[in-house]
Amino acid sequence: MRDKYEAVIGLEIHAQLKTDSKIFCGCSTRFGDEPNSNTCPVCLGLPGALPVMNRRVIEMAARAALALNLNINHESIFSRKNYFYPDLPKGYQISQYDQPFSERGWVEIPTSERNESGHATEWQTKRFGITRLHLEEDAGKSLHEGMPDASKSYVDLNRSGVPLAEIVSEPDFRSSWEAYDYMQYLRRTLLYVGVCDGNMEEGSLRCDANVSVRVRGAEKFGTKVELKNLNSFKFLQKALEYEIDRQIAAVEAGEKIPQETRLWNERESKTYAMRSKEEAHDYRYFPEPDLPPLITAEELIQKLRAELPELPEARRRRFVEEYELSFEDAAQLTDSRGMADYFEEVVRPSGNAKAAANWILNELTRELKSAGIDIAHSPLSALQLAEMIKLIDSGGISGKMAKDVLIRMYQSGRPAEEVVREIGGSQVSDEASIRAFVDQAIQSNPRQLEQYRGGKTGLFGFFVGQVMKLSGGRANPQVVNEVLKNALEG
Amino acid sequence: MELKRLTISSLHNRIARGEVKAADVCRAALDRIERLSELNAFITVRADAAMARADEIDHAAERGDKLPPLAGAVIAIKDNMVMRGVRTTAGSRILFNYKPPYTATAVDRLETAGAIIVGKTNLDEFAMGSSTENSAYGPVRNPWDTTRVPGGSSGGSAVAVASGMAMGALGSDTGGSIRQPASLSGVVGLKPTYGRVSRYGLIAFGSSLDQIGPFANSVEDAARILGVIAGHDPNDSTSSNVEVDDYVKSISSDVSGLRVGVPREYYGEGLDVEVKGKVEASIMKLQEMGAEIIDISLPHTEYAIPVYYLIATAEASANLARYDGVRYGYRAEEASTLKAMYSRTRDQGFGAEVKRRIMLGTYALSAGYYDQYYGKSQKVRSLIEGDFRNAFAKCDVIVTPTAPTPAFKLGEKTADPLEMYLSDIYTITANLAGVPGLSMPCGLSSSGLPIGLQLIGKHFDEATLLRTAHNLEQALGADFTPPPVM
Repeated sequence: MRDKYEAVIGLEIHAQLKTDSKIFCGCSTRFGDEPNSNTCPVCLGLPGALPVMNRRVIEMAARAALALNLNINHESIFSRKNYFYPDLPKGYQISQYDQPFSERGWVEIPTSERNESGHATEWQTKRFGITRLHLEEDAGKSLHEGMPDASKSYVDLNRSGVPLAEIVSEPDFRSSWEAYDYMQYLRRTLLYVGVCDGNMEEGSLRCDANVSVRVRGAEKFGTKVELKNLNSFKFLQKALEYEIDRQIAAVEAGEKIPQETRLWNERESKTYAMRSKEEAHDYRYFPEPDLPPLITAEELIQKLRAELPELPEARRRRFVEEYELSFEDAAQLTDSRGMADYFEEVVRPSGNAKAAANWILNELTRELKSAGIDIAHSPLSALQLAEMIKLIDSGGISGKMAKDVLIRMYQSGRPAEEVVREIGGSQVSDEASIRAFVDQAIQSNPRQLEQYRGGKTGLFGFFVGQVMKLSGGRANPQVVNEVLKNALEG
Repeated sequence: MELKRLTISSLHNRIARGEVKAADVCRAALDRIERLSELNAFITVRADAAMARADEIDHAAERGDKLPPLAGAVIAIKDNMVMRGVRTTAGSRILFNYKPPYTATAVDRLETAGAIIVGKTNLDEFAMGSSTENSAYGPVRNPWDTTRVPGGSSGGSAVAVASGMAMGALGSDTGGSIRQPASLSGVVGLKPTYGRVSRYGLIAFGSSLDQIGPFANSVEDAARILGVIAGHDPNDSTSSNVEVDDYVKSISSDVSGLRVGVPREYYGEGLDVEVKGKVEASIMKLQEMGAEIIDISLPHTEYAIPVYYLIATAEASANLARYDGVRYGYRAEEASTLKAMYSRTRDQGFGAEVKRRIMLGTYALSAGYYDQYYGKSQKVRSLIEGDFRNAFAKCDVIVTPTAPTPAFKLGEKTADPLEMYLSDIYTITANLAGVPGLSMPCGLSSSGLPIGLQLIGKHFDEATLLRTAHNLEQALGADFTPPPVM
């Protein structure tokens, strides 16, 4: 039944720009401070106070816009969006409406449906349009839980005036996973260009979705429903999935979908109607008379464009081509700019991209994850890891030993050579020493030797194991292979 | 001591020389405020703070310190400009208990320049009105005839200066709120170019029109006050970087060769004959002093009132949204839901005229009406700006009446808002175009009421306005001291 229908999804994402001070005053944007401690007449909306644009916001917004291929308007206009709410101290939000900061952007990214166990089924590159990125001020926060008097409402205005970039997509997503992959990519990109910390739990990245369904192939959109409260990637995907099913069922049952706003309830895994179209606000936008038009100089745009780092998707593609990595490995390595930088810092001196990818994505990631450390602050430096890889490649240590070496390097911060010496010398590669181990292994196991020579060549591995055991794991496996083969067939 | 007989510049020198004590001047002002309390010019008087400030100035003078330019000048502030720790009501019940934590830039600059801020003056609620009858703290009466209004909305400031309670005052002018009460009360009032004086700390009414300016008993004193408050303020993004002229110096030049424009649209129907006569006589005086009189036209004048009442109310509907009872000011206590708290707070906190304008402005911005009302108004506003651009290609300054009639009776126009709105018909255009306007007394009516004349100048050319006004003031030589009250 679902195949008969097609979902149409658009996303509105609010990203807090990580400036030190607010968009229209000098107050700190720090999260988690004593309620209402980071406030002043401007962000409290006191009578007579006036907004003054924070120039740093323009730079950050421009970096985000350029990373999303948006066209930055030379002149953009602030508008007042009027509505009453206790966390909105002026009774209007300074936002942008006509002539936003930037318009007409896009991303071209891999996306895939997922199977039952959550694995991607088939990655395809798709292009998604971005309508606009505009600037606005954040509102404060209503506090309910843990307050002294449960019968009262409390308001914290520390967040009031924190700069936001609202990024509105075109209705280009046809499934929950496409929306999910886009949202992931958007977050990654904002982190890459250093304008947002991407923390959805603290609300520095928030997402609303518009969803409708239509019979596949139909031109006209169905009635759209706005979904709110999607404050994690998981919620976004689950809520969309739920909503698509709900709408299809309604249409199948011959019901009309009302235009409304619905809230995702995580506990019940359902969406609930919050307000209908009739109850929707008339925001009565008009140009903000307290702020002159925002001019973004072409020279600034050129400068910022030149300074833009390589973006995640371009980097992922390059990793596949240049380092011959698999799609998954390249995707994982470019997930954060820190990880990708680290990888390339290992590859450069070691010359071994495959090994670098494996060590980073397995052992190192496991260690960092369990310690909760970001790769940018890894106790094992990229250069140290490169040295270790070189030691493996030159036969200095075995891969097996290396795992132990890596953990010790990670814990002590000491170079590979030193760690290897400490744990009992390096790999044994000289033939004479290895022949001694081999001879001993053969002599101790006459029955197996007979069986081997009688044609049961599968026992080769048994002898390798014996040699390794005798050498304390230090024998170079390649040399062992050669010497053992000669001895057994001797 | 009579404040009406003092000028700010002479006072400065006399205090410096030790001939006069700032404390005596301040005490005289406070006595006068007390004695004429029936005029209801002040909402808050800062008697102790003002006396303390006067003593500081006297001590500085005794030490022989160089005194700042407004040293000892007793100044009153319209109660829609915030002052740290001083109750600021905007004439509204909704701010009956509001004590701001910061000071408006213009007020701060006055204090830094040595002025003594004696108190906060009465006004039409949120500066919405032309008679100072729309105040939650009662109407202000005109010292020339206490059965009459002083004009508005800065009626308290105009009366404070006219009746010698202060040597100067600050008002705010959105559609004539400095010039019209200056005219009706017989003092000098100046609305500077939009952006000339910082609006930081001025409680907003129509943000694209509001401008702070001085009231004074002489053009020279107005020039002195303007010189102190004018200039760029980093806290107001709409304040201008244009250099501030030396206004006091500029008034000493004569007016020979000055091109004075007389717009025919300002002398038609609705203009009182006596007002017309006095203004025309003043134009003759200017001509006698060597000015060239030029007939000009401002053809879009007739649209000014509707355009103004759409733009100002639209902006006001947003500016006044913050008075919701959540954070400060009046809050209706009996409400049980958020919505009820909002509507009861605003219903009980705002007066009738304010509610009327909020509704009008909300309507003008509503979905489906925006283009027709607000959008169209902005277009016509550009045409009015164009009128002035064209006119100032031909002349240096424009002369008009300030108000169509002298002061009217209390209650005379309260029943008919449209009638009231018409009293700003000659002043509104300057706000829409952003150009400076000055009102000065130019004579008395047969019933002894002051008549005001308006001078309108080019953007940031307050110097020419002040020079013209000063020359005319000297030529007229009249004394505009109201008769003793009661």
